[in-house]
Amino acid sequence: MKITRRDLLKMGIKAAAVASMPLTIEILTPEQVKAEIEKSDVRWGFLVDTYKCVGCGFCVKACKKENEVPYDAPVTRTWVERYVITKDGRVLADSPNGARDGFNDNRIRGEEVPENEISKAFFVPKLCNHCENPPCVQVCPVGATYSTADGVVLVDRSWCIGCGYCIMACPYGVRFFHPEHKVAEKCTFCYHRIVKGMKTACVQACPFGARQIGNLKDPNDPITKIITTQRVGVLRDEYGTKPQVYYLGLDDNVK
Amino acid sequence: MKNHVWRPLYVVLAVVALILVARYLYVPKDFGIGERGFMYGYHRMSNETEWKEYKVKYQSHEYCNDCHPDKIESILRSTHKVIECENCHGPAVDHPEDPPKLDIDRSRAQCLRCHARLPYPTSSRGRIKGIEPDEHNVEMECADCHNPHSPGMGV
Ligand code: HEC
Ligand code: HEC
Ligand code: HEC
Ligand code: HEC
Repeated sequence: MKITRRDLLKMGIKAAAVASMPLTIEILTPEQVKAEIEKSDVRWGFLVDTYKCVGCGFCVKACKKENEVPYDAPVTRTWVERYVITKDGRVLADSPNGARDGFNDNRIRGEEVPENEISKAFFVPKLCNHCENPPCVQVCPVGATYSTADGVVLVDRSWCIGCGYCIMACPYGVRFFHPEHKVAEKCTFCYHRIVKGMKTACVQACPFGARQIGNLKDPNDPITKIITTQRVGVLRDEYGTKPQVYYLGLDDNVK
Repeated sequence: MKNHVWRPLYVVLAVVALILVARYLYVPKDFGIGERGFMYGYHRMSNETEWKEYKVKYQSHEYCNDCHPDKIESILRSTHKVIECENCHGPAVDHPEDPPKLDIDRSRAQCLRCHARLPYPTSSRGRIKGIEPDEHNVEMECADCHNPHSPGMGV
């Protein structure tokens, strides 16, 4: 039998088409996907009131202890940033140790800003935004990170290969490499607590109600009411990630 | 067709088959598309359960009520009522079985988290009564003079 170059190319194309056919993957139409998503009547969302935060850092401490994040390693699932904006327009920001021990020093990065030069100063707690379109999930090459039906982005520790793509993909820098488990690590909205009707460790630890969690699909949820009736902002809206951590009193200088 | 064309093809097919068999054996059976569709929901279903079963450590002040009612009562009468016991004493976990005692952290740092004076407008920190950490009774612990469970009730 003789084979021409044309035949070989044809065969090659056919073989490639067959090989690239999904084998075990079930393909859903967008309608089916939508129907599946709407099965859940819970969508967890978070509200941060930056006016109320005093920078005590109890949230960071509680998060680390609740979730066994190495206490003295320079990694944390949540942190608090301090912003001091001076009257001549300079922006100073810091977060020593992620604010695990709070802020007890007037100096910011070694610089003492005199009281009468401060134009505004405030604290901004940060955590995973549990995005509706999480880029960190899209980039995972092995399916080790995913979004649950109720909107929480989790990492499967036994499946993660520690490649670090998701850490690079997160525009908010909330993911890090767990020094002990050697896998990607992130905020879980304290999934083990919220599914039992408890509050997250950080929400419970906050003495001033600066952190709140609620069900965005329940119109009577007090948090949902605030998010739907007051002026709230999200971080880096322009990325199209649809973050689900909403902020009251967000400032332009907050990055 | 000549053998030298087919042979490599067989090898390739064998490799592909091997990979598929290995994949079939290696990938857990509950791997699949979750409710969020292929792009965001592709995962091992039992991992959700694993996360749900993670150990709870912080219990909230209601848990302490049965055994330390005096502390609850006094703190609830004070301006410190907003602060959870476990913020200062650490997570209860299964206390008093494990651990039998919780930490008593008398360090100044514990109180300075809120009381180091930071004159910040546009933040409630500016409204908490603050002290200058380097001036206010420097050599002593705050709890030597102030009762953390009922501050402001006389020094
Ligand atoms: C079931 C009863 C019980 C509950 C609930 C309980 N405790 Fe205790 N706690 C004890 C006992 C018993 C001791 C040991 C007292 C001793 O040995 O002096 C203790 C000791 C302590 C100590 C150390 C006291 C010391 O003198 O060293 C602290 C602090 C403490 N508990 C805080 C808490 C907090 C905070 C909670 C709530 C999160 C809590 N406990 C809940 C029974 C309880
Ligand atoms: C602001 C931090 C703070 C909070 C909040 C707090 N404590 Fe304490 N607690 C302390 C400190 C500091 C001591 C040590 C007091 C001393 O040595 O005089 C102490 C001592 C104790 C002791 C043992 C010593 C004693 O006086 O009998 C118990 C028990 C205790 N706390 C329980 C509680 C419980 C229960 C709550 C919650 C209702 C609570 N604490 C909230 C800081 C705190
Ligand atoms: C989470 C923040 C927080 C921590 C931590 C904290 N406090 Fe307070 N404290 C407050 C708040 C809020 C008040 C209410 C009065 C105010 O606004 O100053 C207060 C009031 C006080 C007062 C009364 C001031 C007055 O004249 O009315 C004293 C004294 C005090 N705290 C001492 C302590 C001591 C001692 C500790 C450490 C064991 C401590 N605080 C830890 C938040 C905190
Ligand atoms: C030697 C005892 C002593 C020690 C130690 C001490 N204080 Fe005081 N503190 C006082 C006295 C006295 C006052 C004034 C009481 C008043 O005016 O009601 C006071 C006042 C305060 C006030 C109220 C300030 C205001 O503007 O009304 C706060 C807050 C406070 N102390 C926090 C602390 C903290 C936090 C520490 C530890 C870092 C601490 N104190 C250590 C004795 C002490």
